[in-house]
Amino acid sequence: MFDFSKVVPSIPYILQGIGVTLQIVIFATIVGLVLGILLALCKIGSIKPLKWFAEFYTSIFRGTPLVLQLMLIYYAIPQFIGTNIDPIPAAIIAFGLNSGAYVSEIIRAGINAVDKGQQEAARALGVPYAKMMKDIILPQAMKNILPSLMNEFITLNKESAIVTVIGALDIMRRAYVVGGSTFRYFEPLLIAGVIYYIMTLVLTFLGRTIEKRMRRSD
Amino acid sequence: MIKIENLKKSFGNNEVLKGISTEIKEKEVIAVIGPSGSGKSTFLRCINRLEEPTSGDITVGDTLITEKNVMKVRENLGMVFQHFHLFPHKTVLENLIYAPMNVKGISKQEATEIADELLRKVGLYEKRDEYPNRLSGGQKQRVAIARALAMNPTVMLFDEPTSALDPEMVKEVLAVMKSLAESGMTMIIVTHEMGFAREVADRILFLDGGYLVEDATPDEFFSSPKSARAKDFLDKVL
Repeated sequence: MFDFSKVVPSIPYILQGIGVTLQIVIFATIVGLVLGILLALCKIGSIKPLKWFAEFYTSIFRGTPLVLQLMLIYYAIPQFIGTNIDPIPAAIIAFGLNSGAYVSEIIRAGINAVDKGQQEAARALGVPYAKMMKDIILPQAMKNILPSLMNEFITLNKESAIVTVIGALDIMRRAYVVGGSTFRYFEPLLIAGVIYYIMTLVLTFLGRTIEKRMRRSD
Repeated sequence: MIKIENLKKSFGNNEVLKGISTEIKEKEVIAVIGPSGSGKSTFLRCINRLEEPTSGDITVGDTLITEKNVMKVRENLGMVFQHFHLFPHKTVLENLIYAPMNVKGISKQEATEIADELLRKVGLYEKRDEYPNRLSGGQKQRVAIARALAMNPTVMLFDEPTSALDPEMVKEVLAVMKSLAESGMTMIIVTHEMGFAREVADRILFLDGGYLVEDATPDEFFSSPKSARAKDFLDKVL
């Protein structure tokens, strides 16, 4: 039933997709994290227009399909700006913007969960708001929300497979291409599945390691 | 040193402070006492603007506290909380040097020297590299006092500093506060420790129902309170 012999020569081709997937996921994660922190700060801050914007942003990006957002950026935006966007930057932008919405909610909840006394202590010492957030509140919030954040990035890693629809040559797309050229789909898709699974295990392990480091103060 | 004029504070429709005026001189140790809900903590928290007063003026030194200069004024007002509020992700030493370095901009070396000296004073030098979670309540509060002192404040505010402590740890914290009072620090202490107030304070402010009902020396207040409310309160707690 299984016959890997036809697919084996294509394995290196599929493996090359790891680089593409990683490139998209790593940059989208950075965009998502930075954007998420900024949006979360807008949401908990006292400036009303920023708060409204951040909440509107989140509702839009959580309320529409990711694949729609991806297609809008890759296919529809060039219609206005007159030049094409390459698949990989388009994917990084789409995943980053989308992830930012989810991450902002996680971080907002994390900040709110930090004891209010921490802010009071910092204020009583004369610590300015920005420094208080950066040095006192966010590090404590991050520690509590690390498992949720890791979960978000693991999801992002797997969801990145939908870049297939805009033709970026990631793991998924390559497996699909190999399937089409050898007329055997099961084997390359299985290989792709194993690769994603191993990547997830590595991410999980990384998360646990960071978590352990952050628990030093307990 | 500190002048408070007609201080009022409401939370929604609930008026907690109904016009308090008093003056606190340099090196004076003030104990603020009164039944719970009398506005003692709110009074203290209004002084360094952790609560924004509804009306009234507070002057520290020659400076009238406003929205704009409050950050600068806070550097001179050390505050100690009932629940310590140490930064749990920082070691004891890091707790002490954070604000001097980041607010006053002094060097790490200088901040560390000051911190080490303060930790010796409160008897916790050997805990300087521990995280707060590994300390007892009394030790945490002594670190919190040292953290406030590290900013070299001119006034120390204490908000029920021993109320969250196990009985056997109250003494060590009061001892630190007493030696601080003896060193000439201006202190405003909200407390339920009547014995301590009587022994250490120069003046007692008795608050009830949002009013400053009595302002007297400890001897006057504890042996012959003037108001019925103070008599009633002392009957209950002594």
